[in-house]
Amino acid sequence: MKLGNKRRYLLAAAGAAAMFATVGGARAQDVKIGFILPMTGQQQSTGKQEAAAAKLWMAQHGDTVAGKKVELIIRDDAAVPDNTKRIAQDLLVNEKVNFLAGFGITPAALAVAPLATQAKTPEIVTAAGTSIITEKSPYIARTSFTLAQSSVPMADWAAQNGIKKVVTMVSDYAPGHDAEDSFAKEFTAKGGQIPDHITFPLANPDFAPFLQRAADDKPDAIFVFVPSGQGGTFVKQFVEKGLDKAGIKIIGPGDVTDDDLLNNMGDPILGTITAHIYSADHNSPANKAFVAAFEKANNGMRPNFMAVGAYDGMHLMYAALEKTGGKTDGDSLIAAMKGMAWESPRGPISIDAETRDIIQNVYIRKVEKKNGQLYNVEFATIPNVKDPIKAGTIK
Amino acid sequence: MVTTSATAPLTPVLADDVAAYLKRRSRWSPLEVVFWIFAFASIWLFPDKYLILKDTAILALFALSLDLILGYAGIISLGQAAFFGIAGYFSGLVAKYGLINEPVIALVCSGVVAAALGFVTSFLVLRGSDLTRLMVTLGVSLMLGEVANRYASITGGADGLQGVDIAPVLGRWSFDLYGHNGYVYCLIVLFVCFVIARRIVYSPFGLSLRSLKGNALRAAAIGIPVKWRLVAIYTVSAGFAGIAGALLTQTTAFCSLDVFSLERSADLLLVLIIGGTGYLYGGLIGAVIYKFLQDWIATLTPQYWQFWIGLVLVVIVLVGRERVEGWIAAARGSVARLGDRLWTRIRPRSAALGGAADGD
Repeated sequence: MKLGNKRRYLLAAAGAAAMFATVGGARAQDVKIGFILPMTGQQQSTGKQEAAAAKLWMAQHGDTVAGKKVELIIRDDAAVPDNTKRIAQDLLVNEKVNFLAGFGITPAALAVAPLATQAKTPEIVTAAGTSIITEKSPYIARTSFTLAQSSVPMADWAAQNGIKKVVTMVSDYAPGHDAEDSFAKEFTAKGGQIPDHITFPLANPDFAPFLQRAADDKPDAIFVFVPSGQGGTFVKQFVEKGLDKAGIKIIGPGDVTDDDLLNNMGDPILGTITAHIYSADHNSPANKAFVAAFEKANNGMRPNFMAVGAYDGMHLMYAALEKTGGKTDGDSLIAAMKGMAWESPRGPISIDAETRDIIQNVYIRKVEKKNGQLYNVEFATIPNVKDPIKAGTIK
Repeated sequence: MVTTSATAPLTPVLADDVAAYLKRRSRWSPLEVVFWIFAFASIWLFPDKYLILKDTAILALFALSLDLILGYAGIISLGQAAFFGIAGYFSGLVAKYGLINEPVIALVCSGVVAAALGFVTSFLVLRGSDLTRLMVTLGVSLMLGEVANRYASITGGADGLQGVDIAPVLGRWSFDLYGHNGYVYCLIVLFVCFVIARRIVYSPFGLSLRSLKGNALRAAAIGIPVKWRLVAIYTVSAGFAGIAGALLTQTTAFCSLDVFSLERSADLLLVLIIGGTGYLYGGLIGAVIYKFLQDWIATLTPQYWQFWIGLVLVVIVLVGRERVEGWIAAARGSVARLGDRLWTRIRPRSAALGGAADGD
């Protein structure tokens, strides 16, 4: 009797296994894109923006490319790198995804790099912004940005516009260090002074004590980098400490005046100058269409630079599939991506054939009020900026 | 062989009683055997679930470590992540710098390092009541997390420990992409640790822990050295937590500050609340339920899965596990009664006998 039962279970298990096997076989024709994003936890605004943009791309461009049906899978890693790694492994082994994409923070992107190499699967980084990421696997391409890309033009602008003394304040992890290093090197080379370098923890930051320290140095400006989503808190505490009234300016890469949060920061943020790769206010037909469609699909939520990263990531994957004629092996796909150029909502962009990193315009912007809403209004453009760290233009 | 650890020698009759009791308790029940057969059968039954199973085995071992102190000695802790984390970093660092290449040896060493930390911090934990203990254990893990963050040149800080390369287990089995070897490795380690834990709790030492959990004052009065018993079990528990942490680092070839996080310790309490404390299997069963529930819901709704997990936890706590166990017992009783009734109909002659025998 017991044996009979066991045999029945075994049969059932074998049957189930056979069923999965056939289902797997049928799906092998399709293309799967696995987005791993922080949908919960501290970085959830990034996940929300990116998921919405990827879905918008699918809605606009259909789910068929080069004769293959595309399936989008979105998973939450809560920005915890060992989750990211497990989920990536699961997506590769069980879902047999053809692309891994997303990665809200640098450690998450780095944790997956060895897997991308091992599985020969393209890893499209659509959010994280540390320079070294693309060097960690030959299968990584990036559609977001690097921190140095915006920080170096920021330093040039500050040096040319009467800012002499700057205190840097950055989150204590790789992108923060990149931002600080590249800004500091360029700014001091141009004759600027940096009396203090302040770092604060990535998780649960309370900026108030650090702001006090910065204020004591009486700088002309504070150069700040915080990850997407923390800018609101920073500005709030900046104003509470009265630093805006003391005549200290905020400058930095555009993470701090994130489009997603900008409207809630209020008038004290007006006039803030940042250098960045995307503003929802960017004046081009492509961007106007993108912003309108994005807001319509998401209850009026404004897209930020994370959304455009994911949108361009989808573009890159679709274009690569088209170029390979539907071939899905990692080597062909990544080869197809090299040197690819197109018009993004942020302006013209391309994938560097050598480094697989993004080349794009960087804009100097000022926070202004338009129709009662706060926007980063672009007033100067530095065209076709390569990542300065990899290009060796600083150091 | 079985002499009790109390200072006052027992009369031979009582000693025999204790020995018999422990022997009876420590026998493997058929249910346990089935549990472990199924656990090992999962290697062949669920080949596409190795990754989550591996994480489950690690969480189960981690929960087992908490059960040893919470379920058997009554020490409530929010700081098991301290041991998990320190061993995680230790095993990652020795592999990265090639100090100990063989994973099993590294695993044991990591356990020893965590146990050493457990021994040192146990003296802090012994002072004060439950609330104090919660705070002290939490504080220790927060401190270690911050130290790891501060010394980023060694630990990689918030970017995590990169470039960890784990050698094949016993020089033969390397950690594959499919997670097969990783899971088998974790499962075997879990089983070995479980057997050790089982041996501990069904020993006279384990019995003395139970007595001091029930009433520490009285236990002290009959000659049990309360303090040293607690130090000992806390140290062992820390070692187990450390082995779990080292397993995570070894199987992912990665370690981040998150190993010290409060969430990790808090999840552990949830796992034990789901599974129940004080019978060793609570952590294992709780881990299976928690992990699979989380994975399933998070796949369905990546954005709002925490809501559903929260709801399930509230329901579990409100309904109470005892009540669920009561329902199961009641269901089992009614099935038995139904069986009896059927039996009486089919075999009227043996009705009286069967009914009387199964009645109670």
